[in-house]
Amino acid sequence: MINAKINGMPVQVAEGTTILEAARKVEVKIPALCYNDDLEPWAACGICVVKLEGSPKLVRACTTPIAEGMSVITNDPDLVQTRKTVIELILSTHPDDCLACPRNQECELQRLAAEFGVREQPFPKMLRGLPVDSSSVSLILNPDKCVRCGRCVKVCQDMQNVWAIEFLGRGANTRIAPAADVQLNDGPCIRCGQCSAHCPVGAIYENDQTREVWDQLMQSGPEAKTCVVQIAPAVRVALGEAFGLKPGANVTKKIYTALRRLGFDVIFDTNFAADLTIMEEGTEFVKRFTNMATGKEGPLPLITSCCPAWVDYLEKYYGDMIPNFSTAKSPQQMMGAMIKTYYAQKAGLDPAKVFSVSIMPCTAKKYENGRDKTMWSSGQKDVDVTLTTRELARMIKQAGIDLVNLPESEPDSPMGPNTGAGVIFGATGGVMEAALRTAYTLITGQELKDVNFTGVRGLSGIKEASVHIGGTEVRVAVAHQMGNIAQVLEMVKKAKAEGKETPWHFIEVMACRGGCIGGGGQPYGCTDEVRTARIRGIYDADEGSTYRCSHQNPYIQQVYKEFLGEPCGHKSHELLHTHYESKPLYLK
Amino acid sequence: MPVAQVGFSKELIDFISEWKQKPGSLIMMLHRIQEEFGYIPREAAERLALETGMPLAKIYGVITFYHFFKTSKPGKNRIAICLGTACYLRGAQDLVDESRAILNLKGEEPTDDGLFSIDEVRCLGCCGLAPVLMVGNEVYGKVTKDQLPEIIAKYRQQ
Repeated sequence: MINAKINGMPVQVAEGTTILEAARKVEVKIPALCYNDDLEPWAACGICVVKLEGSPKLVRACTTPIAEGMSVITNDPDLVQTRKTVIELILSTHPDDCLACPRNQECELQRLAAEFGVREQPFPKMLRGLPVDSSSVSLILNPDKCVRCGRCVKVCQDMQNVWAIEFLGRGANTRIAPAADVQLNDGPCIRCGQCSAHCPVGAIYENDQTREVWDQLMQSGPEAKTCVVQIAPAVRVALGEAFGLKPGANVTKKIYTALRRLGFDVIFDTNFAADLTIMEEGTEFVKRFTNMATGKEGPLPLITSCCPAWVDYLEKYYGDMIPNFSTAKSPQQMMGAMIKTYYAQKAGLDPAKVFSVSIMPCTAKKYENGRDKTMWSSGQKDVDVTLTTRELARMIKQAGIDLVNLPESEPDSPMGPNTGAGVIFGATGGVMEAALRTAYTLITGQELKDVNFTGVRGLSGIKEASVHIGGTEVRVAVAHQMGNIAQVLEMVKKAKAEGKETPWHFIEVMACRGGCIGGGGQPYGCTDEVRTARIRGIYDADEGSTYRCSHQNPYIQQVYKEFLGEPCGHKSHELLHTHYESKPLYLK
Repeated sequence: MPVAQVGFSKELIDFISEWKQKPGSLIMMLHRIQEEFGYIPREAAERLALETGMPLAKIYGVITFYHFFKTSKPGKNRIAICLGTACYLRGAQDLVDESRAILNLKGEEPTDDGLFSIDEVRCLGCCGLAPVLMVGNEVYGKVTKDQLPEIIAKYRQQ
């Protein structure tokens, strides 16, 4: 342990702790812009400078490890002035259009400028006038607002291993862009949106589609449609943060009420579609697993396909593994297809007169809803518009709805009621756990006594577990945060090349750290602490559910009886399954 | 879609296979590519990415960081105007502006006929002759603005 002083206060920390981290132990906040809890610090912005007693030099608190006997001064008038100057210099290359910026009031630069009392701009403005890249349906890149902190590049390269963006050029001409200055949509971007969730300013942000939804909600006369909405599992434990609630606070039933007040006619829950996904994917797994010897139902491991950013990654980087991919659509797309077929029939509606909106924690879902022609399986676009959690928060605020104090209400039948297995889709390991709960019953014909598979929960990047089902061992792996996936897939490929048995039978992959609760469309400020709280909220909801296995959901049983027939049957294949194709990294 | 459709000489291929496993050799490989093509074509960068397993973004990060590497084909006659301290103080920026005006150029892109391109470079190693420019391998010292049309005309006729 190291003993040092921060502003005269003794602090004891482990070796290797940076000054910035040590300061937190004694409730001292050192301001920073490029620093982010998810990323290795790299000292780009220069706002976190501090003084060491007896030295005239300023050092960066984010990268300097605290040393024995060190006495750090984090705050004096001189440091405040230095930091303020750094902020003013950053502002000299940043547009002043805060009022019209997507990050207004949620911008870290704006907050710093306010905290440091910036009242004038002493340096001449040097805006670069670079064009906005709006090629992607998920994300908008506005390089003029970029403060070159580098978080997005670090996230995209180090956390996600996608390499869609890089620093191009140097010095004052440095810009964040895809290789060869192609547009975002033409490069390797998988649209996970982690860049947008980590950007401190409004340089990369979700493609806001709230206008389209408002327009339809306010439509009357012949253009009016029945507006049906679904909300994803992970939204319910994060939306509250935008209204001052703690991370993990479950506001599901308040969201249902809020959506009704926004003008939606029918409120469904993506959890229901997650139950449906489990029926399809679980059946697909059981078929492949019980026919392992012949392989006639497809190869193992089966790999989950609920995450559209992961689907995109696989198509671009691992085209050779497509046969291992589950053909089951994601819950969003299953729900979309069911809304415009099953529900429309049941309610006597023309599917062309149904407007289907999904609320997702995810920017890639905006791309998924038009990914290929199987997303029009009802004959219409199954999901018309996807909004992120952040966009929904904006709509609720615009409508003057006091979310925190709203009365609770229930979703609509038949595609509202859901199980604990559906809700845990929102957390890493959840799809696997939900699938195992149902696979157990499908294989053995019995119900589980203990439905908790805790080995697949938690934030470690790669989790492995082995489960005995009906006397056979099922080996599973769960990976989240895109950069962790290659290791798992390389092991699968290696075993195959060497003619060995596959290391796992079933693999769950989620592109974002923590799974969907840490999605790129969730409220800002996500750290592991926040992720843990959101995950807690998810498993609490699971534990509080009447049914905890998808196949127990009476409405799921009803849907198969009335409409779909059997899981992985003919109708399911038409509506609930898709296919994949190998794609180049660069389109241009 | 430019995917590895560019031919590399045997020497270049050998060079890349010798060095690709060794850390820190990207810049050296890029030098060789530029030697072969006069610049780094997008296709060549893609092929390098494919052969080294390095992301294209990383390669472009390096190419665009170093002024030496070019991403567009230079003109047949490359005019390199020194903007080092001595040349700059003796009016080299005027030479840049004037020659761009004569050739109707904005940046480093070559003229439409492909005959000329202009590069701003750092010290050419003959500060005593400032301001200095080079056309190909020929050095011109103590250049004034009004000499430029004549110099350019000389290469246009060649």
